[in-house]
Order: sequence, then structure tokens, then C-alpha cells
Amino acid sequence: MAFYVVQFLTGLASAASLFLVASGLSIIFGVTRIVNFAHGAFYMIGAYIAFTLTERLSGAFGFWGGIVLAAIAVALIGVLVEMVLLRRIYHAPELFQLLATFGLTLMVEDLVVLIWGPDDLVGRRAPGFKGAIDFFGQNIPSYDLFLIVLGPVVLGILWLLFQRTRWGVLVRAATQDRDMVAALGVNQKWLFTSVFAVGVFLAALGGALQIPRDAVHHAMDLRIIVEVFVVVVIGGLGSIVGAFVAAVLVSELNAFGILIFPKISIILVFLVMAVVLIVRPWGLFGKPEAPARKTPGLTVNPWRPLTQNERLMALAALVIAATLPLFAGNYALTVGSEIAIFVIFAVSLHFLMSVGGLASFGHAAYFGLGAYGVAFLAKMAGLPMIVCLLLGPLLGCMGAAVFGFFAVQLSGVYFAMLTLAFAQIVWSIAFQWVSVTGGDNGILGVWPEKWAASPSHFYWLALGVATLVTIALRAMVFSPFGYALRATRDSLLRTEAIGINAKRIQWTAFVIAGTTAGIGGALFAYLKGSVFPDNLGISLSVDALVMVLLGGVETVSGAVIGAIVYKALNIWLVSQTDLSKLVLGGFIMLIVVVFPKGIVGMLEMLAQRRRKASPPGSPLLAKPIESAE
Amino acid sequence: MKLTVEGLNSHYGPAHILFDIGFEVGEGEVVALLGRNGAGKSTTFRSIVGLVAQRTGRIMFEGKDVSAKPTHEIVREGLGYVPEERRIFTDLTVEENLEVGKQPKRPNAPHWTREKLFALFPNLGEMKNRPGGRMSGGEQQMLTIARTLMGNPSLVLLDEPSEGLSPKIVEQMVDAILTMKKEGVSIVVSEQNLHFARLISDRAYIIERGRICFGGTMAELDARPDIRDAHLSL
Repeated sequence: MAFYVVQFLTGLASAASLFLVASGLSIIFGVTRIVNFAHGAFYMIGAYIAFTLTERLSGAFGFWGGIVLAAIAVALIGVLVEMVLLRRIYHAPELFQLLATFGLTLMVEDLVVLIWGPDDLVGRRAPGFKGAIDFFGQNIPSYDLFLIVLGPVVLGILWLLFQRTRWGVLVRAATQDRDMVAALGVNQKWLFTSVFAVGVFLAALGGALQIPRDAVHHAMDLRIIVEVFVVVVIGGLGSIVGAFVAAVLVSELNAFGILIFPKISIILVFLVMAVVLIVRPWGLFGKPEAPARKTPGLTVNPWRPLTQNERLMALAALVIAATLPLFAGNYALTVGSEIAIFVIFAVSLHFLMSVGGLASFGHAAYFGLGAYGVAFLAKMAGLPMIVCLLLGPLLGCMGAAVFGFFAVQLSGVYFAMLTLAFAQIVWSIAFQWVSVTGGDNGILGVWPEKWAASPSHFYWLALGVATLVTIALRAMVFSPFGYALRATRDSLLRTEAIGINAKRIQWTAFVIAGTTAGIGGALFAYLKGSVFPDNLGISLSVDALVMVLLGGVETVSGAVIGAIVYKALNIWLVSQTDLSKLVLGGFIMLIVVVFPKGIVGMLEMLAQRRRKASPPGSPLLAKPIESAE
Repeated sequence: MKLTVEGLNSHYGPAHILFDIGFEVGEGEVVALLGRNGAGKSTTFRSIVGLVAQRTGRIMFEGKDVSAKPTHEIVREGLGYVPEERRIFTDLTVEENLEVGKQPKRPNAPHWTREKLFALFPNLGEMKNRPGGRMSGGEQQMLTIARTLMGNPSLVLLDEPSEGLSPKIVEQMVDAILTMKKEGVSIVVSEQNLHFARLISDRAYIIERGRICFGGTMAELDARPDIRDAHLSL
């Protein structure tokens, strides 16, 4: 019995940090409507800076002062980020904001390794809380008890701040209607900046307070951000009480999940999240959100099928691509195959994101499932390659069917967070379930059969599949199903009003996109000859997003161009520098801020400008539609 | 002139909504902006306070060109805005809603306090701690006006204050507007209801399909029943 009590208390102690970070994310989202992906990065910097400060400053004052100073320092960094980066993109679609803050996260991951090195750092114990308390023979670290008390104290302080100060009243008002707050003479800019500072302070404090419990390392950002996303989805985005309750819930599920499913403890959290989403899609303490007015795919120029000339051009490009094996070496062909595979991956996400308006942040899950599907069939069942290629993607299809069902119940940022959380769960299973998936060692020796083994043959196979997939998805965009899907994207309510089952359409699109991604993953497994958990990792999901974004979200053909350019650039970059994440992160932020319409979008805009010789109305075409009221 | 609007053009995306809107408001005057649903009254107000991103033209307030300023700065100059949809903060109490609107005293405008506003709208004084979401439409309309007055504006843009209100509340609204006028607040009020406008206004403009098609005193408008019938539904 005592053991369970101790386990419970450990869970409560873990909840404190999780609550701090989640409440920060919630507050920032409430006012700025930005889901700050970099929140985990701020948490991590908080821990690193606190580590350095507490090492340098001596005594109890040095330790606690160091923790607070670290949080303040990171809050100032946050202010800088808000003023330099976020202020430029408040009016951009949600997706761009998520991506920009993700770019920042990537940069931070490389920067902390540059500054603090790649090794885990073990921090000082907290003065006054070094010992443990004996509880019927079980030890409870006294620092845990401190954290258990701290959580509700912070909750109380935040409550007073929001209920009893003018700043709090303004923040709550802005959470509901920020334009109206501006129309009453409040300077939103500084309100946003101060809110961001408070949110980042909480994240950094959460990180700093972890150093006596956990080692500081450069991957702690992703771990916490996924947990935080789960917490805010369960608790309800924008609710601080919800963040507290959900943080306790998730931490306890983790603490006890270890006892029940030691191998795949994350399953338990997932099940609870699924139940909450079915019963209350907006979270335990959240409020149902009004349907989003702006969607990433909203464009002034309606899409049209390719003209005869454009078709001929595409065909010519394909023919040129097909002649690559006649003059290129094996390395170039392998790169070419990889690019073709990523074209498949990118067009599948584009279909979901641009056509369906559903920006998935965990699309790699289905790519990776396809890869694992092939690996299972080839290695365990020993099936021939062609059968594996046909059946392997079905694992992606099934994954998309299960997760997609829950994901399409939500929209916008909730959808993005949920897909990310699902992908991370799949990743955790692949990582933890060593007996089946091989864990970190992956599954090796998935080689293609003789007919596809040579680089040129495999290249032709990949190119052929990529072409078929692209044509099929394009045809679908201009089919009745595509019209219905675009209708759900542009106005969910009106779509339902004309008798379309919008959720089912979106679910179908999710499954199609997931299966297609699975096809890409299946080929990828054969290309690399192996499958690893990274094949369904977050960074791969973001690669796909960047490809679509780089090509241009609002275009039909952008994903293909985006995939080619990005993948080629990526492969080149990794071969040139160790700091590829730093460069890539900076690159992502640059695209979001400078070229929000992507390569193809920019070309189309230029072509349009030339055609029209700029009448006074034409700059409007460069802007997304504002909803007329 | 208190407020001069010249050559105001506004767009929502590709749609051109306002065409060369121009009108004037004198010191302490109540001016009605009349027009049917969708004529462009609300867009005119939203454009003046900078809530419509795509607009051109000149907006002179108290001799200063405010057309390039962001919304909060325009409002801080003393140009208050009461939106049509009320847009009160439903999670905030009456007192908190007023707190959001609070701005420093202004030398050339009447100074409003909570007490003064509760005297003007007695209903609000009886529900200081009620969340905005649990008030009737009429009470919400009073709260949104009171909230804007907390900013001590010297001119208020009132967007359809009588819309959807019961006759009894409309009477209260007329009294409140006349009190504001007596205190020295200049007012532009947009209306579909000519009867209501006549009770409070000195002059009127008629807007139709985004264009001003009449401007004059109420007496001049009454002398032109043809214009009235063509542009206002009675």
C-alpha cells in the first residue's frame, strides 16, 4: 500500500513542472492564438541556464536565486523572440506560426549542444531538500514534497493575477476578443509581449525546477512538448485549471502506467486522451471553439486542372527525370529515389493539408507505419517484395483509420497537436516495444529483390510509383470527393448544411493521405534496407510540412516542387555541416516570414502580375481573404 | 470640425465595399448615418477606427490625420467605438468589462466614472458582478456603451444602438444618448430606424451600396420624401 502512495506522490511531483509548462502554453495561446511549439525549447533553455547558474552561484540563495534568474533570463529571450519573430506572423495562418516556432526549436536544439555540449548534465541537489522522508519503509524525496506544494501555490498565484489585476482582466478580455480590446484603446502589442514573457517564464521555471530531479539533456524539449500537448488537449487549451487537473492526471497515469504496462506505458495516457476527446472534444475545462474562419488553403484563385501545355510540360519533366539513369551515377540515383519517395510523402500531406485544410503535425507516423509494415511482412512472414509493397502500406492505412477517426473530431491547432501526439505515441511504441520492433536498433536487412535491386531499377520503381500517386491524388482533387473535401475546408458548417457528412469526408481524406504516406514509407524501407523509430519521428513529420510549405500551401502542384527542392537541399546540407538543424531551423523561419506563399505560390504571383500589369486591385490577390462581416 | 472623413475606400479581400465616403461631424453634434442592412454603415465605422485592414482615404480627428494609426492609438485620441454586435466580454463581469475600457482623463471630454455610468444605466449598477454572458440583449447594449465611455471619448461612433431592442429599452437608449450629448460628447450613430434617428440627431447622411447619397439636416431630409423612400426601408 505504502508503495502505491509513494508512486502517487511521485506522480504529483512530476505534475508540478508539467503544469507550469502547460499553463504557460495555454496562456500564450489564449491571447496570441499561437501554439508555441518552442515552449519545450524554452523549458530546456531554462534547465540549462539554471544548471549553469546554480553551479556558479553558491549557497542556498545561489541555488534558488539561480533558478529564478534562469527563468527571468529565458523570459527575456522570449520577449526578444516575440518582438523579432512572432510580431511578423500574428496574422499568418496557424500553421505558419507552428512552423516558425518549430524552426526556432530546431535551432535551439543545436545551439544548446554548441554551448553546453552533447552530454547529460546532472545538476545540484536543492539546498534544504536534499534528503528523503521515510513513509512506511518507502522513501519520498523531500524535493518531491516541495514540488507537490509548489504546483497548487503557482495555480493560486496565477488565479490571483488573472482575477485581481488590471493586466489579468485585459488578458482575459483579449483571450475572448482581441480586436475589441484594441478598439477600447489597449495596445495589443505590449499585451501580447507581456503575455508571452509570462508564459515563457513559466516554461523556463518548470525546466529549471527539474534539475535536482533529472539530468539536463538536449532532447528534453520534444519529450515535454508532447506531454504538454497531451495535457492541454485533455485539460482544454486556454484553461489554467484544466492544465493543472490534466497535468496531475497525465503524471499519475504515467506513474501507474509503468506498473501496468511496463513496456508501453504511454498507451494508458493515449487511451484516456481518446476517451476525453470523444466525450469533450474541447477538453475537460476548455470551451468549444467557434469554427475557424481562416484556413491554410484559402485562396482567391480557384484551382483549375492543368492546361494542355502544362500537361505537356509535366510530361516532359517526367521524361527527363526518367532518363537520369542513363547519365547519373549510383549515388545520384539513390538520392533521386529518396527524393521520389519524399514526393509521395509530401503530396500525401498536401492532400490532407491544402485540399482538406487539415494540417497534420504527425504525418510521419503513417509513413513509418508503412515502412514497419513492409519490414514485418518481409522479415517475419518472408513474403515476396511485390506483396510486401502492396500490403505494407495497409499498416499506415489502419493507423490512419484509428487515429484519423479521433483527429478529425477536432480542427485547427487542436488537430495539429493531436496528430503530433499520436505520432509521438506510435514512435514511443516502436521505440519501447523492443521484442517486436527491435526498439532503437530497428529492423535490418529489408532489401529489395533482384528485379528492383540495382539503383537504376529502384529509381524507376520509385519514380513510377511517385508519378502514379501524384496523378491519382490530383485526379481526386478535381473529383466529386475532392469538391466535397474542399468544401469542408472552406466552410464546415455550410458543407454539413448541404447534406455532406463532413467528418466522414475528412476521415476518408485522412485515411487516403495516411495510406499514401504508407506507400512512400514502404518504398523507403526497401531503399534503406532497414526501418528505425526515426522513420516515424517528429522531425520527419516536420520535413513533410516544410516541403508542402516551401512549395506553397495554396497551390496544387507545390508539394512536388517543394519536396524536390527541400530534400535535395537537406541531403546536401547534412553532407556539408554538423549544424544542419540550426541552418534548417533558420531556413524554416525565413520561409515563413519572407516567402509565406512558397516557391510555386511566388511564381504564380509573378506570372499573375505580368499578365495583369498591376491594376489597383491586384495586390489583394497576394493576401488571404479577410472574412467579410 | 470634430471629425472629417474624406475619400474613404475599403475592401474585404477582392470585394470593394466603400466608395469615396465623405462626411463631417461638428463639435458636440449628433449625426446619423442612415442606410439599409448591408449598405456599409458598419464597415464605415470599422474603417474609421482602423479595424478594416484594406482602406484608403483621409480621416481627420480634431485636426489630426489619424488614418495611418493603429486602432488603439486612434481610440486613445478620444475616438470611441461601440460595435454593432456588442462584443462584450462574456466571461468578464460588468465591472471587469468596464475596467477593460478604462482610459485616462482627457481635458476636452467629459470624465466618466463607474458611479456616473451606473447612474446613466441603472440596470448595470444592479448587476456589477454578473458575467456579461448572462445579461439580456438590452443590458449588453448598455454595457457596451458604458464600456466605451470609460475611455472618456470626445466622440463616439455608435453602431445601430437600437437594433433588436424592446421599445422600452430603446427609450432608455434615447435618454442615454441625449445625456451623452448634453455632457458634450459628439456622436455618430448608424441607424436603419429613421424614427429613432430623428429623436436624437441634428443632421443625417444616407449611405447606399457603399456610397454617401445624401447629407443634410433632419429638416432637409424630411423635405425630400423621394430620397427617404428610395434609400431607407420604412
